[in-house]
Amino acid sequence: MADTPDKFDEMQKPDGSIRTAYGDYNSWYEEQAPDLLRRKHFEAEGSFRRTGITFNVYGENEAEERLIPFDMVPRVIAAGEWRKLTKGIEQRVRALNAFMYDLYHRQEIIRAGRVPERLFRNNAAWLPNMVGFTPPGGVYTHIVGIDLVRTGPDEWFVLEDNARTPSGVSYMLENRETMMSMFPELFTRMGVEPVSDYPRRLAKSLAACAPPATKGKPVVAVLTPGIYNSAYFEHAFLADQMGAELVEGTDLRVIDGRVGMRTTRGFQPVDVIYRRVDDDFLDPLSFNPNSVLGIPGIMDVYRAGGVTIANAPGTGVCDDKAIYSFMPEIVEFYTGEKPLLPNVQTWRCSEPESLAYVLDNLAELVVKEVHGSGGYGMLIGPTASRREIADFRRKLQSNPENYIAQPTLALSTCPIFTKKGLAPRHVDLRPFVLVSPDAIDITPGGLTRVAMKKGSLVVNSSQGGGTKDTWVLKD
Amino acid sequence: MLGRTANGLFWMFRYLERAENTARLLDAGLRMALTRDLASSQEEWRSVIQTAGQKTSYEKKFDTYTGSQTWNFILRDKENPASVMQMLDSVRTNARLSRNAISSELWEAINETWMQIKEMLSRPVTQSTVGQVVTAVRRGGTLVHGAMAGSMLRSEGYHFARAGTFLERGESTARILDIKYYLLLPSFSYVGSTHDTGQWDTVLRSVSGDRGYRFLNAGQIDARGIVEFLLLDTRFPRSLAFCHASVRENLRSLAKIHGVEARSNLLMREADTRIADMTVDAVFEMGLHRFLIEYMNSNAAIAAAIAEDYRFTG
Repeated sequence: MADTPDKFDEMQKPDGSIRTAYGDYNSWYEEQAPDLLRRKHFEAEGSFRRTGITFNVYGENEAEERLIPFDMVPRVIAAGEWRKLTKGIEQRVRALNAFMYDLYHRQEIIRAGRVPERLFRNNAAWLPNMVGFTPPGGVYTHIVGIDLVRTGPDEWFVLEDNARTPSGVSYMLENRETMMSMFPELFTRMGVEPVSDYPRRLAKSLAACAPPATKGKPVVAVLTPGIYNSAYFEHAFLADQMGAELVEGTDLRVIDGRVGMRTTRGFQPVDVIYRRVDDDFLDPLSFNPNSVLGIPGIMDVYRAGGVTIANAPGTGVCDDKAIYSFMPEIVEFYTGEKPLLPNVQTWRCSEPESLAYVLDNLAELVVKEVHGSGGYGMLIGPTASRREIADFRRKLQSNPENYIAQPTLALSTCPIFTKKGLAPRHVDLRPFVLVSPDAIDITPGGLTRVAMKKGSLVVNSSQGGGTKDTWVLKD
Repeated sequence: MLGRTANGLFWMFRYLERAENTARLLDAGLRMALTRDLASSQEEWRSVIQTAGQKTSYEKKFDTYTGSQTWNFILRDKENPASVMQMLDSVRTNARLSRNAISSELWEAINETWMQIKEMLSRPVTQSTVGQVVTAVRRGGTLVHGAMAGSMLRSEGYHFARAGTFLERGESTARILDIKYYLLLPSFSYVGSTHDTGQWDTVLRSVSGDRGYRFLNAGQIDARGIVEFLLLDTRFPRSLAFCHASVRENLRSLAKIHGVEARSNLLMREADTRIADMTVDAVFEMGLHRFLIEYMNSNAAIAAAIAEDYRFTG
């Protein structure tokens, strides 16, 4: 689609003047020789390839690792803006955890008639064997990624909640490392909040959720599906930074009521498992009897307090976009406050009136599958061809519950570096939130995803989106 | 450390060693072929393929031996499961598996080597580029070993990696000798005249031992001296005795770290009597071929015991 004239650029005002947050960056940028910047641009790519920060893209023939494009212009957020955002994020994450607890216990929100029961009854991520069980510390979503989009100076919206296994935090960390080595002078000029202690905070937060059976210092392990997973780099990176073991399902076994990992000295108990595998691959005895993956019996150990699984099984319920559409009600129900961060307006196609509206306005809307992710299986009305719209209409009509629709937002833009200098591109933001019984901890920054193509609104890395370092300025 | 990670480190370095040794073999073959007429250079390439242990898979695909066919098969043929590229892929895959147990410097050395050689092998290798590829493989090995020496903790992971390196290296030297052993039999060397010393030179070159041997023997070249050098000289870093001592040292460190002697340590002690106390006369008396076969069997048994002692797979 063509850029909408009313889109909000985070660096430049419509009159061409520079917004305050970007003032220092802009004056630095104007002092730089264009050649030097171009050279730095290539250096960055070489350094990413060498260190192996790559991303496997599903559907590629050779299962090769690809680089996510990195843009070297930082996305800058002022201290005051960030403070406001964190309040909203914290409120939302608190509500998400309370909602999870309620869903797997008394279901008061359903009794109160605020959300319909079918919402989770039809949800494949709903796990009956979590009913009546409270995870150690009462924490369901230890690590959450809240996807935010912006449309104006004070207009931020939550686009998606990632409560199951949000990824991308390694890019937040590596992007910062790269920026610090490329432009050290900028950091002395600009006072940027550090992000590098995220792994330490993660380790601390996970340890604070250790199960009752823990003896001594909690042993934490990161559970990965293996090297062919698209986020393997991140799994290895986080384990490395936390000083935790990186385990696969085959390394783990249930022994004497604990989960043991096979070390060169025999099996040793693991207290907290930061799992980066789906629920289905956790326990073949509980979830998927045909699966050879997973650790047979781990759910029994979990329910008996022998291990902490982070995030808790069954948290995927909250990633459902039909649940998302009820988040304003959910936040209000559990916090007693109005949501500080609004949702994007959402039509539930399961409701006849909404469906009629969506069908009438397909060419203007974005339609998403309720269980979809990664930008797959969605329709972006304004850029779709007639034929794509017609095909999608048929899918929508045959299974309306499977879809929600949203207006095509005029996402804010940030400049990226191109051969011809700075050019605006659409962005979103995923801050990372850690939850423990002690605190909700939000790292100042996050992953900014950027659509590298001019005018494009798709920022997903699986579809050619890139990333930027996100700078929260110090007061 | 996880058993799976220990396995990854062990095999990462076995594959690296194997890739390097294959490159050395190819290098010796290249040199030999240049100094021969067509018929005997074909014979030389056949011998290179055989020594690399790739005769069956090669002959499935080709029925002639030419230089370019041979080196492309050894280096990059997708139908060759033991091509140098395949081995380097395995090195890198194992490095990714063990990413947490290796230093960033080591990972970057492996990754850079892999990227460079993958690029070089993305198209057929010609006579004018084959030398560069062989050099790049050897340099890559040097870079990786150097990065490890300078940056890895001397904890168990290091010793698994080193044990893998020297088990593979000893195996490789033994295999080369076993295939060329007839050239080195005492009865054969008396004949002398039918085969010039060029063949002996190739054996030495295949293990990069030509210069070292000449230095230690003042240029005097004879079969008995070569056998002694390759089997028993503890100064030569690819001799069986040297590799054996290095494996033993690393297994001893592992036992110390774990506070307990394992079966692999016992097997190693048994093997000591077969190699540390050996003389070249005793080897010839026993039969060179038999000696080598026993050495290789004992090597395989030690490798299996390590995998079991340290729970590599189960």
